[in-house]
Amino acid sequence: MAVTDVARKKRRIALGCEGSANKLGIGVILHEGDPANPKSTVLSNVRHTFVSPPGTGFLPKDTAHHHRAFFVRVARQALADAGVGLDEIDCVCYTRGPGMGAPLTSVAVAARTLALLWGKPLVGVNHCVGHIEMGRAITGADHPVVLYVSGGNTQVIAYAEQRYRIFGETLDIAVGNCLDRFARALAISNDPAPGYNIEQLAKQGGRVLLDLPYAVKGMDCSFSGILTRAEELAAQMKAGGGKGPDGEPFTGADLCFSLQETVFAMLVEITERAMAHVGSNQVLIVGGVGCNERLQEMMGLMAADRGGSVYATDERFCIDNGIMIAHAGLLAYETGFSTPVEDSTCTQRFRTDEVLVKWRK
Amino acid sequence: MAATDGQQFPPPKVLTYPASAPPLLVTQGAEGRLYKTTHLAPNRPCALKYRPPKPYRHPILDARLTKARISSEAKVLERCWREGVPVPAVYAMDPAAGWMMMEWIEGIPARVGINKLLGDRREEEEEEDAEAPLPETCETLLADLMRRIGAAIGALHKTGVVHGDLTTSNMMLRPRRRGYGNGSGADGDGDDAEVLKGDVVLIDFGLATQSMSDEDRAVDLYVLERAFASTHPRAERLFATVLEAYKETFKKASSVLVKLEDVRMRGRKRSMLG
Repeated sequence: MAVTDVARKKRRIALGCEGSANKLGIGVILHEGDPANPKSTVLSNVRHTFVSPPGTGFLPKDTAHHHRAFFVRVARQALADAGVGLDEIDCVCYTRGPGMGAPLTSVAVAARTLALLWGKPLVGVNHCVGHIEMGRAITGADHPVVLYVSGGNTQVIAYAEQRYRIFGETLDIAVGNCLDRFARALAISNDPAPGYNIEQLAKQGGRVLLDLPYAVKGMDCSFSGILTRAEELAAQMKAGGGKGPDGEPFTGADLCFSLQETVFAMLVEITERAMAHVGSNQVLIVGGVGCNERLQEMMGLMAADRGGSVYATDERFCIDNGIMIAHAGLLAYETGFSTPVEDSTCTQRFRTDEVLVKWRK
Repeated sequence: MAATDGQQFPPPKVLTYPASAPPLLVTQGAEGRLYKTTHLAPNRPCALKYRPPKPYRHPILDARLTKARISSEAKVLERCWREGVPVPAVYAMDPAAGWMMMEWIEGIPARVGINKLLGDRREEEEEEDAEAPLPETCETLLADLMRRIGAAIGALHKTGVVHGDLTTSNMMLRPRRRGYGNGSGADGDGDDAEVLKGDVVLIDFGLATQSMSDEDRAVDLYVLERAFASTHPRAERLFATVLEAYKETFKKASSVLVKLEDVRMRGRKRSMLG
């Protein structure tokens, strides 16, 4: 591999813009030393979230409007926090996909504007690869099986021959989407995130485990049937007719508890199967649902059983952010990759295994 | 592949009784543990599959899944065995305790056989492109194996069973007995070649279900296709041969293959670009 000019520099800095869902995130990252294994420093990581009222989800149009309205504010803050001059920035990275069309487009337009305004190269980044690379950089996990769980994606991934290969994934909706939509059925608040509030509510449940479908197919899983059943149970509960296995009425907390126990058991099971398949005992959890402490705990129990360990990050890096886009983008840029402005499109569908991971052996 | 530190886990109670040969922990899969022990007579080897309680799972959910999975696995194996599908025979079981005893299958998993062959090739060719064609003998051997895999899956689906977790780890290559079939290994490929010529025996029916639906059968094939793409990227295109043989063995294959297209579209979330 030819050494690029930027890779010869001691300090490389990238600005990353993320807006594939309801979080607008902009961050600045610094890489130092060997580009194959750079020392990464987060210079700034600013995020602003579009929160919709309880009982509703975020719609593409409103979310895109939010991103357009806040982009300049968030970008200024990110630059001020980082304390770097514009001349020090090597490239502007943005999320090419996957995600919601309108929000992606808004942020792509803004990133393009910055790149042209400052005369910097653009780097389009796969959102999933951003999550994986950030997780690896923060936790130091070397060759983990990755569970990527968020509102839009549910994948079990392992690296092989310059691609992040998908071993298992959801056959229908993402696990985060299942949780978000269930939160709407109970009119649980979306602030700061529906999943977080379900997690808190579930801590009060646990008296009974309600019977929900358990849908694992090989290394894949399915959540839509579980969501339907959970919504039915929620409706029964509201109508005052729901009884648990012990004959007593169940609460919203019991439902949250049962839903979490069931879907997380499925996720841990498919992750374990992938680990057995590739012979790894490290597991890295990334994506918004990855901040759930019960999921982390269950994954830790499974990993310990296999003599391994679990790596997870907190909400700063698990939940969508600009810094992960900056980091993954800079890794690609150091290998000579960039996205010409005329090709700087974005796409709702962009699979993790489409990206050539040139920066790893 | 025997696990050396075999006794680091407490064995199931059934294995704690005195025996002429101590049980050997063969592997710790995702599903559970596999021990090699004997059944009834000391010269009758058997595999004991044990699903230990999963500490991460809620105890009620765990008990429900363990019991249902052991009894369903035994039922399905029994059915396949009766119909002549290449699977291990069931000897004994206790679903609530989470164990089942089966016939011991000699040989190695297809994954190991294939990767050994491909791995050896790679070292010889070194820096070559992953898409480079494989040598012809290697190609023929693999294609032949793919055909036998496809035939085994066809036979399985014909009996009304779907495996649920088809991967090349869940197919054993059982050495053929001497004096049978293609006897000579004198085609220059030595042991690797001989290994790939073994009989395909399907194992690990932990997620198998009895189903006649095209959808379930298609998902079965899809799971294997995906496992194939991720485990043997260099042999990915050989998967078409699996499907060919599947079609030849199983009369109702054509509607399953149509459904497979749907499953691919839905599961893979294929890129809309290009």
